[in-house]
Amino acid sequence: MLELAEPLPQTPLQRAAAARDLEAATILPGRAEDLVYEAGGRRLIDGLELRLEAGPLTVLVGPNGAGKSLLLRLLHGLIEPSAGQLHWAGRAPGKETRRRQAMVFQRPVMLRRSAAANLHYALRAKGLDGLPLAELARDWLARAGLAELAGRPARLLSGGEQQRLAVARALSTGPEVLFLDEPTASLDPASALAIEELILEARAAGTKIVLVTHDLGQARRLADEVVFLYRGRVEAQAPAERFFDDPISDKARAFVAGRIVV
Amino acid sequence: MQDFAAAFALAFGLIAEGDAALLEIIWLSLRVSVTAVLIACAFGLPLGAALAVARFPGRGAIVTLLNALMGLPPVVVGLMVYLILSNAGPLGVLGLLYTPTAMIIAQTLLVTPIVAALTRQVIEDLHGEYDEQLRSLGVERLAATATLLWDGRYSLLTVALAGFGRAIAEVGAVMIVGGNINHVTRVMTTAIALETSKGELGLALALGIILVGLAVFVNGCVMSLRAGAGRAAYA
Ligand SMILES: Nc1ncnc2c1ncn2[C@@H]1O[C@H](COP(=O)(O)OP(=O)(O)OP(=O)(O)O)[C@@H](O)[C@H]1O
Ligand SMILES: [Mg+2]
Repeated sequence: MLELAEPLPQTPLQRAAAARDLEAATILPGRAEDLVYEAGGRRLIDGLELRLEAGPLTVLVGPNGAGKSLLLRLLHGLIEPSAGQLHWAGRAPGKETRRRQAMVFQRPVMLRRSAAANLHYALRAKGLDGLPLAELARDWLARAGLAELAGRPARLLSGGEQQRLAVARALSTGPEVLFLDEPTASLDPASALAIEELILEARAAGTKIVLVTHDLGQARRLADEVVFLYRGRVEAQAPAERFFDDPISDKARAFVAGRIVV
Repeated sequence: MQDFAAAFALAFGLIAEGDAALLEIIWLSLRVSVTAVLIACAFGLPLGAALAVARFPGRGAIVTLLNALMGLPPVVVGLMVYLILSNAGPLGVLGLLYTPTAMIIAQTLLVTPIVAALTRQVIEDLHGEYDEQLRSLGVERLAATATLLWDGRYSLLTVALAGFGRAIAEVGAVMIVGGNINHVTRVMTTAIALETSKGELGLALALGIILVGLAVFVNGCVMSLRAGAGRAAYA
């Protein structure tokens, strides 16, 4: 019969190890309470409540201008909230949390370099170097179907190719949380499915994914959980099946049915 | 009209035979202006880039001042440098007045605000495009600024050449601090001014033609470089 021992007094070494554990500890869940973002005299995010748990793939839907892109930028710590609480496992969004997140912007930014060099740049920023970097980059270019375009200037790639490169660039850094702002908006059906594969692979590997999409078919295919954003507020947050079968709110029902919500 | 034709004939003759006096003047002009532009870039590029990415109180005023300094009259810069370098001035002991070094100093002062102000504009535009992406990738401020300078390199080349154009063509500053001394501080623009006033149109015209040719050549280089960069979407 073993009794659970009382924790022993910590030696400096143990304390260092504990600090490292804390460093390694997850940044999930993410939490927004009464979140407000104002610009140009308008409340664009207006008292938003949201909880992002480890695990489920969260799909963010809502009409144009609902505040989806703003919310992702707030969560990623790229812009500061005007009021309210926002934290990742107790930590305010900032350099530290951002290091373990990645984002694909609605309009991907391509550095003025080759496609491969765009990946190299992102990996180097994460502290990678030498052969591992080159191999990882080659691997991700291949996965994104861009192996043949590796040497081409990134800004000369087609819109869809740029989006694929942006997704590969974000995923290659191995983030714990990945924000995707309409990553398949200008992709042909086959490329969109290929990207969805990559997204599902990442989810299976344990990456928390927050995906914005206007493609309800894609939302149905990918979502574990759906967040419906409306005029800067979360109008509904529910498991995917529940959301699509019986949307909680009238607005969400109208949105799913394809009626215009204003 | 006869004089005019004769002057042209003399000018082309001087250029064709590679007249020693002519070459000496061209060489000094290039040496002074290229050195000034290089030094101006060493200060102006980092200054402009820092101003583009930094946010601090008084920034707007500095940007406005810098933009105003772009139009600094060369004679005023020349006068300032003269006052500093003259025997009675604070740096008079260095004995730099009427030397190529003094001319380099004056042109550097003239060109640095141009390089800094134009760099600020170029880098600020690029910063607007790159900022969130670079922060998302976890790139530190200093490294981000280096990235902006590198990715803006083709536009910045134009900036440097704008500075060179200003330096090589100005006459006021080099005239005042250089003194247009034969074999020592005589450059193309001061020589043209002097020869013209003496009525020696041949040498003046020859130098004028070279100066224009140089401007065309430099602009041609910029255009072809930018066209190449544009094809690769790097500009
Ligand atoms: N800096 C700003 N200043 C003023 N208004 C802004 C600013 N940024 C965004 N907005 C406004 O905030 C609202 C939400 O913008 P956001 O980009 O988050 O919409 P979205 O939900 O992503 O829409 P879409 O589906 O079209 O991408 C829009 O009405 C937009 O005009
Ligand atoms: Mg958006």
